[in-house]
Amino acid sequence: MTISSDFKITPASDRTLLIQFGEENSPNVQKAVFLFSHYLMDHPLEGIANFHPGYASILVSVDIDNTSVKSIQKDLQQAWYDSGNIELPESKLIEILVLYGGEYGPDLIYVAEHNGISESDVIELHSCGEYYVSFIGFTPGFPYISGLNPKLETPRLNTPRKRVPAGSVAIGGSQTGIYPLESPGGWNLIGQTPIQIFDINHPENALINMRDKIKFIPIDEEEFERLKQS
Amino acid sequence: MSIHVLKQGLQTTVQDFGRPGYAHLGISTSGAADAFSFQIGNKLVGNDPHDAALEITLSGGEYEFTSDACIALTGSEFNASVDDEQVSIWTWTNIKKGQSLKIRSSYDGARCYLCVRGGIDVPLLLNSRSTHLMTGLGGFEGRALRKGNVLDTYQSGNNNSRVELINFNEIQKHLDRKTIRVIKTMVGDWFNVDGWDLFLNEKFTVSQSFSRMGIRLEGNHIQSSQGNEILTQGVPLGAIQVPGSGNPIISFVEHQTTGGYPCIANVISADLCRVGQLKPGDTFQFELVNFEAAEQLYNEQMKFIHNLSAS
Repeated sequence: MTISSDFKITPASDRTLLIQFGEENSPNVQKAVFLFSHYLMDHPLEGIANFHPGYASILVSVDIDNTSVKSIQKDLQQAWYDSGNIELPESKLIEILVLYGGEYGPDLIYVAEHNGISESDVIELHSCGEYYVSFIGFTPGFPYISGLNPKLETPRLNTPRKRVPAGSVAIGGSQTGIYPLESPGGWNLIGQTPIQIFDINHPENALINMRDKIKFIPIDEEEFERLKQS
Repeated sequence: MSIHVLKQGLQTTVQDFGRPGYAHLGISTSGAADAFSFQIGNKLVGNDPHDAALEITLSGGEYEFTSDACIALTGSEFNASVDDEQVSIWTWTNIKKGQSLKIRSSYDGARCYLCVRGGIDVPLLLNSRSTHLMTGLGGFEGRALRKGNVLDTYQSGNNNSRVELINFNEIQKHLDRKTIRVIKTMVGDWFNVDGWDLFLNEKFTVSQSFSRMGIRLEGNHIQSSQGNEILTQGVPLGAIQVPGSGNPIISFVEHQTTGGYPCIANVISADLCRVGQLKPGDTFQFELVNFEAAEQLYNEQMKFIHNLSAS
């Protein structure tokens, strides 16, 4: 796969390197982030402690107790060269069943009011969208999901909630996301999925991964309860 | 051997050297906030440097030992005693079966480490015993210890020799939290001369908003001249983020793996142990060094720990 993107690699601290593939998340830049992240997962480089994909970059933290930032910088250059020969596998389509509104989506009303549309319009627009996961970040298993219809954009809450239930489906600015674990959170909650998307004991088996396509499917309360119990 | 928590401290957690390898899944490394003191504590009692220990924050609690034990306290000096006899810091101490160790409040910085010969044994989660408090994972049930909890240590313990420390001045130099050294980041230029002048020449105070995830500073408002948001990207340990309020936040061991605030500078690795000792109300100044100096300072720190030899 040939990708026309930059590969600018600069120390971000005395233990990290930031690889920038471009200034913004254009399709080519997004593809380069996907490709190189995939490569790093399949070909772990000795001396790399962590890598953090973002919209247009990957931050690499170096195990400086055993190697140096300079040496990893060279290895990454070589890896970028080698990664040009791989093909990305087909991305998976993940269907997320959502009970919208009510006690599970207390901000659905606000999202509707803010955008001057009805609650059922919000459900309709949110569940017909085609989305993909740009990367996982922020907290364990949290997918940054791109592709929200601009008609649904809603600013974050002024005061974040102390506890957002696991499985909450939310809108924050121009993004939509799913809270994998109960955590604090400042996004508008529009619904909840009864399916566990992330198990902290087995993060490698997460239901949602970087690059997956996401589809939200509305369900009713009966199905929600049935799935929650199974 | 077991350790019974007779009285809980403010925030005592099980920590080791952290949980690398999962940042791309949103999991930050966690681990000892002052890894320098943590590693030395382990060496004092003859453990491997990365064995799990208790990280004690601001006030300690009381711990009973069910059999003879060898322990060491390192980091900041706390008011600690066994049977009314003071326990010294930076040295190993033998505790008899049934005795309890009382750790009151700190005389100095935020944290001390209670290292026990053998190491604290909690289940491994993703190859680490560290507690990640913000997400409630790892360590002892993902949380701080409470009264009544019982901790196990390894049955056999390690066979390394114990170490005696002699150079206390050197230790104080590594932990001197009046100055925190930083290197400039790529978006450092988003902050103009006035911003940098404030950042490097004025003192900052550690606010009450202080956790293993991040430390919010007060005293000076720094404004970026190019906006308060960057395209979301990975956040390095020790990044000094500047949100719109202008009060910098040092991202720490349990930081969010990605973020969108511009970072003016990044704490150097050799001074992360100082950050781990900052407590609310402390005042300090930032000092700018270059990348090569930062690398050298960290290598010297590692060499110091490595060269501590058996008595």
